[in-house]
Amino acid sequence: MAYYETVFIARQDILTPQVDALIETFEKILKSHGGQITKKEQWGLRTLAYKIKKNRKGHYVLINIDGTPEAIHEMEKQMRLHEDILRFLTIKVEALEEGPSFMMQNKDRDEKFTRQGRSTNEKQTTHPSSNSSLEPIEGKPE
Amino acid sequence: MNRPNFFRRRKTCPFVGGAEASIDYKNVKLLNRYISERGKIVPSRITAVSGKKQRELSRAIKRARFLALLPYAVK
Repeated sequence: MAYYETVFIARQDILTPQVDALIETFEKILKSHGGQITKKEQWGLRTLAYKIKKNRKGHYVLINIDGTPEAIHEMEKQMRLHEDILRFLTIKVEALEEGPSFMMQNKDRDEKFTRQGRSTNEKQTTHPSSNSSLEPIEGKPE
Repeated sequence: MNRPNFFRRRKTCPFVGGAEASIDYKNVKLLNRYISERGKIVPSRITAVSGKKQRELSRAIKRARFLALLPYAVK
């Protein structure tokens, strides 16, 4: 069977237990079509970079799937019809990720920062691309 | 004899060899370094990323944009 990675965004005004219920329904759909979820990860309520269907925030969920194309097809069909799903992205991967994804790793670090008394707001205002190694290569003009 | 430094050594690709950070659409922190303040992808001639890695980067950035992890444009 093939490996897939799906991220979907659920509407901001549903509650966390409803998100769990959503995952369960998709898990059932996958199981009935020959697939299984190997990892579930909730990134929580995140601010979207732009508005989607008038939502500014969304519940992000990542699921790793080991299953058949038919199962994926059916799950995507149901997602498309579901009103609480704003967006989803399924990617076929060579190997499924073990352990927490980057999103969770960063989250852990952010929590540590706040615990040390560093404000997270401050971090958001400084633009991320300003601190990088992006200074242009000076050289002879072409 | 101080000649003006016209030929600065070309920076090498940050992803090839050595400490390799994996390019992934979920790794927003990394991708953030390769987009401009307007939200555009920074060309590899500025960042010195190799061609192959630049393609991977742009793919990852576009995926992250679709999932609203990164903006398409910043006004």
